[in-house]
Amino acid sequence: MLTATDLACVRGDRRLFAGLGFTLESGGRLHVTGENGSGKTSLLRMLCGLSPAEAGEIRWQGETIANLGDAYRKAVLYLGHHNALKEELTALENLRTTAALAGVAVEALEGTDLLGRVGLAGREELPVRFLSQGQKRRVALSRLLWSPSPLWILDEPFVALDSAAVNWLADVVSQHLSRGGMAVLTSHQEVAITGGVAQTLRLTQ
Amino acid sequence: MSAIDAVVTPMPAATSPAALGTLGVLVAVVRRDLLLALRRKSEVLTSLFFFVIVVSLFPLGIGPEMALLRIIAPGVLWVAALLAAMLSLSRLFAADHADGTLEQMLLSPAPLGLLVTGKIISHWLVAGLPLVLIAPLLGLQYDLAPRALGVLVLSLLIGTPLLSLIGAIGAALTLGVRGGGVLLSLLTLPLYIPALIFGAGAVEADISGLGAAGHLSLLAALLALAGFFAPWATTAALRIALE
Repeated sequence: MLTATDLACVRGDRRLFAGLGFTLESGGRLHVTGENGSGKTSLLRMLCGLSPAEAGEIRWQGETIANLGDAYRKAVLYLGHHNALKEELTALENLRTTAALAGVAVEALEGTDLLGRVGLAGREELPVRFLSQGQKRRVALSRLLWSPSPLWILDEPFVALDSAAVNWLADVVSQHLSRGGMAVLTSHQEVAITGGVAQTLRLTQ
Repeated sequence: MSAIDAVVTPMPAATSPAALGTLGVLVAVVRRDLLLALRRKSEVLTSLFFFVIVVSLFPLGIGPEMALLRIIAPGVLWVAALLAAMLSLSRLFAADHADGTLEQMLLSPAPLGLLVTGKIISHWLVAGLPLVLIAPLLGLQYDLAPRALGVLVLSLLIGTPLLSLIGAIGAALTLGVRGGGVLLSLLTLPLYIPALIFGAGAVEADISGLGAAGHLSLLAALLALAGFFAPWATTAALRIALE
């Protein structure tokens, strides 16, 4: 269970939001919406512990995330604006490095299979710089297929994806929720994620 | 991209991925950085060629004064090594910062200090070790005795990891700062002074017959100290840079 109470965020001398709170139960998803610059990404970075909250606290299973440290980082999967891919490395090498950073060993054969499932069969050995934006996003999204983390924090996961991939991603998130996982995501488009208790958090200026 | 349509079929609940030990994560980080260095050869060769050229310029400028060359050799080689090691420092975290990998490292359940250590090790393997290997060849231009060349290699072998360790702190502190390159040199070069004194001092002491053991053990002590504190300080600086 993820609980946020009375969160506030200040960027420069502008207060983006204050007094923000929510509770996310197992199987729940939280859509964060709002205009550009309303603090969506700032909130998500706060939730995964990258930046400290100006005020308020975030608790995971009743314990503050600062106290949990590594245990919380194990529970969280964060996918930001950047794909965290190395242009010079192949899709497969990128996938295996990302997995290693998350403390998971993915064998070459397993990795090829995973990349096939995101629609990149035959392109595993191609340096990522030869892939299109959407294909790079797919490589980054392949993390969702092996990650053992229960809490997914996805910042604009649908950007650059074609409609087939959008449907596929919505399906992957739905399955994650049906297994008792949680998801926090921002998106500017309507997506058909089914299942789970949906909440919407609208950030206004 | 039709393959993705077939993928919508439900997948096995969890692929039950095998967990990776602490050492496994360290090896993965080092391997990735070495692989990257292999794919971007020009970046690696720049600092090596810089070292070769700077060291070779002095004998050309001074002329064949053997006695003088022998005296300045340790200092020139060590100063050139400092500058060469520093050239590649700004790239230590910058690329990872730009493409979001650093965020993922901060969010990794593995201790950040371990990942940073991995990056420092690979920086040394790519930017430090080649200098150590080519130094005896360059030392010949200065008419150094074989024994002095041995001490030079030994001092660089202990000293260059020290340069990578101290440099990592500077690279982390100047991450994302505009004009960080200049700031980085202003920040790290003063910190390199002890390494320079004991490193070049070891070779000088050997040439003058005093024995290099004292200088080398002090250099090794510095390495032990930096090996312990530098990853920790770098980690703290990275966390601040990414807030």
